[in-house]
Amino acid sequence: MSGTQDLALPERRRRAGGGMTAVRELGILIALAVVVGVTALVNPLFLSGQGIRDLLLNACLVALLTVGQTMVVITRNVDLSVGSVLGFSAFLTGDTFSVDPALAIVVGIGVGALCGLLNGALVAAGKVPSLVVTLGTLYVIRGLDYAWAQGRQINAANLPDGFLALGSAGVLGVPYLVIITVIVLAVAALHLSSYRSGRELYAIGSNPEAAVLVGIPVGRRVFTAFLVSGAVAGLAGVLWAARYGTVDATAGTGLELQVVSAVVVGGVAIFGGSGTVVGAALGALLLTTIGSALEVLHITAFWQQAITGALLLAAIALDRAVALRQAAALRRQSRGVSA
Amino acid sequence: MVIALAEVSKSFGAVRALREVSLTLTAGRAHALLGENGAGKSTLIKVLAGVHRPDSGQLLLDGAPARFASPADAKAAGVAVIYQEPTLFGDLSVAENVAMGRHPTRRGGMIDVAAMREQAEELFARLGVDIDPRRPARGLSIADQQLVEIAKALGSDARVIIMDEPTAALSGTEVRRLFGVVGALREHGAAVLFVSHRIDEVFELCQEATVLRDGGFVWSGPLHEQTPDSVVRLMVGRDLDALFPKQEVAAGETVLSVRRLTREGVFTDVSFDVKAGEILALAGLVGAGRSEIARAVFGVDKPDGGQVLVRGKRIRAGSPGAAMSAGIGFVPEDRRQQGLVLDASIERNAALASLNRLSRLGFVRSRDERSLARDWAVKLQLKFAHLTDPVAVLSGGNQQKVVLAKWLSRRPAVLIVDEPTRGIDVGTKAEVHRLLSELAAQGVAILMISSELPEVLGMADRVLVVREGRTVAELARAEADEERIVLAATGVAVA
Repeated sequence: MSGTQDLALPERRRRAGGGMTAVRELGILIALAVVVGVTALVNPLFLSGQGIRDLLLNACLVALLTVGQTMVVITRNVDLSVGSVLGFSAFLTGDTFSVDPALAIVVGIGVGALCGLLNGALVAAGKVPSLVVTLGTLYVIRGLDYAWAQGRQINAANLPDGFLALGSAGVLGVPYLVIITVIVLAVAALHLSSYRSGRELYAIGSNPEAAVLVGIPVGRRVFTAFLVSGAVAGLAGVLWAARYGTVDATAGTGLELQVVSAVVVGGVAIFGGSGTVVGAALGALLLTTIGSALEVLHITAFWQQAITGALLLAAIALDRAVALRQAAALRRQSRGVSA
Repeated sequence: MVIALAEVSKSFGAVRALREVSLTLTAGRAHALLGENGAGKSTLIKVLAGVHRPDSGQLLLDGAPARFASPADAKAAGVAVIYQEPTLFGDLSVAENVAMGRHPTRRGGMIDVAAMREQAEELFARLGVDIDPRRPARGLSIADQQLVEIAKALGSDARVIIMDEPTAALSGTEVRRLFGVVGALREHGAAVLFVSHRIDEVFELCQEATVLRDGGFVWSGPLHEQTPDSVVRLMVGRDLDALFPKQEVAAGETVLSVRRLTREGVFTDVSFDVKAGEILALAGLVGAGRSEIARAVFGVDKPDGGQVLVRGKRIRAGSPGAAMSAGIGFVPEDRRQQGLVLDASIERNAALASLNRLSRLGFVRSRDERSLARDWAVKLQLKFAHLTDPVAVLSGGNQQKVVLAKWLSRRPAVLIVDEPTRGIDVGTKAEVHRLLSELAAQGVAILMISSELPEVLGMADRVLVVREGRTVAELARAEADEERIVLAATGVAVA
């Protein structure tokens, strides 16, 4: 048993919550540097001020959604409804703007929270698997969106400039959208790493039965994770309307899969228990950057999807390989010493 | 009195796990809960822990009726439980495992990571063990996991501490330390409920005891009124021979040979033979690696080294299909998870391992499926309403018969049974034992894993004792007794 001392993980890695998250974040940053470097060599415009701005703005909406998704996935669940929630929220925001701008923002976030509440209640109280629940609400909410829109489209002309500025203007050159995303990210990261209710989400995903036995209110925590995911998707909807100005009932279609991909690439274990929001956001940034880079390099959109998929598989293969090696090493060591 | 149960009953489906059991725990005293496996000890513990709600009877907290709606309620009332099977969070650090649910926080509610680690270090120091609080819980040995569990319970400042077989995986010095800590807790006014199969430990640590048998209350009182012998008689309370109708069979030629089978960190250099007509029992403590050996023999887990031979022919490692073709059948430990498809019908489950034989051009002929199931239902005296009923509605014993039917219909040369009578009522238990005995008489080589010593002693021709992944003793039927097995399994002398 004395040999367990040797197994201590470096401080940096332990604090991150899972074993290997910091390593993962470093890996993503390297991948990011490679993609940006190669693309900039071919087309220097990629690194212009405007280029970087566009990149960040595009990444922000996905990154924002990964924050809520990460909290849900950590508890061994998944929220597939985020794309629909974003779409519905964006449309309602656009519609209520003529009534009252502040109200519009509240309505957007509120509708998202309401959707999250529905998901959370069905999963936590109804004990229905989240994959099924949120697949259902994905279609239901998109349906509501279509019914509400009735073929209409909201144009930038319908929205006041002050609101649109949310999506483009900023402080000292940093767009508001980026600032909002970073704030949400920071709050969530702090909560997950340093507050009881945050750590309990990891415990739930790591071993649900044991979580019940140590007295964690599992149902309430899972419910809250879905509520947050919904509210964040609502906020992302508001920002979507501000960023693009044009909203129809198809806004955000298919976004949920991008978000789940980003979360997994970012090192959040799909079976819960480990991963960070920062890793997930970096995953979103990497995927978006690859998308933009391929455009700049004039590679067709078909390849973009194939590359996203390949990256996802590579990330999972890496996780699996590392986990197996770790398990084997730990097994060998704890037995080898005590026997 | 701190906490008490008054005439508590609890049933799971048709199985009455507890029948009007009463128990009183007093501050400053250690109380032993005794009984054989399946006597209802775990159910009773889970009632006290808030996991199960009693069907009838009362839970009394400081003399007043109380109700634990969840484990959180029990924790809030000051009840801490050390479960037999560790319940750790593999992804989180050891320190966080110890702190989970009551992290030390700074002002503003932020977790104080340094204090959390110090807390864990302090608890480990009290227990005299050296575990790094920063490492992840995943990969800890069973003994270390158990120690983390104990630290978890000690850290919660509980008034009632329940320990379900805490010493099963511990070494002698660790047990001594634990007893020292329990003594100190008692002096501080905690009530302790202690479950152990080691009778000498019980007499050393506890002042009073309650004995259960088959879910019913047998005796409760101060331990000095009893002797180890008299307590064991209270626990067993029935004639052992009646329960184990073992037929004497002349062993035939060797059917199953296992040679130097190794899975790193799990078990090492395991070799044994099983002859036709012989029942070989693997005995040992929970976590010693017995089930893991069985899984590797059947090919569920791939061994790192060694080989498995059936009738001298080597079978491909890590392939249950190859093991089945070679004539091995495997009745797993957890029949609900691994042995059955609970929602599928009795006939579907019974035919599941014989689909090759029952199908033509890839289509399963359901008439043959049904006749197979009907034949075996009659042979095994299965109690059921319709063969089309889902297996989930059957009692535990009858479910186990369906699992047996599934394998027996393949006429296996080797049958591996892992805890064949776990969670089965006494009557059906005897039937399962009779069945295994008959199979051996027909020439099947049987490898049996059992944590119930009476079952091992009653059924086995030979006993192989496993400790920490190694075979440490082989005892013939004539020389096997409870004391020798426990001695070999624990490496600790019994009084």
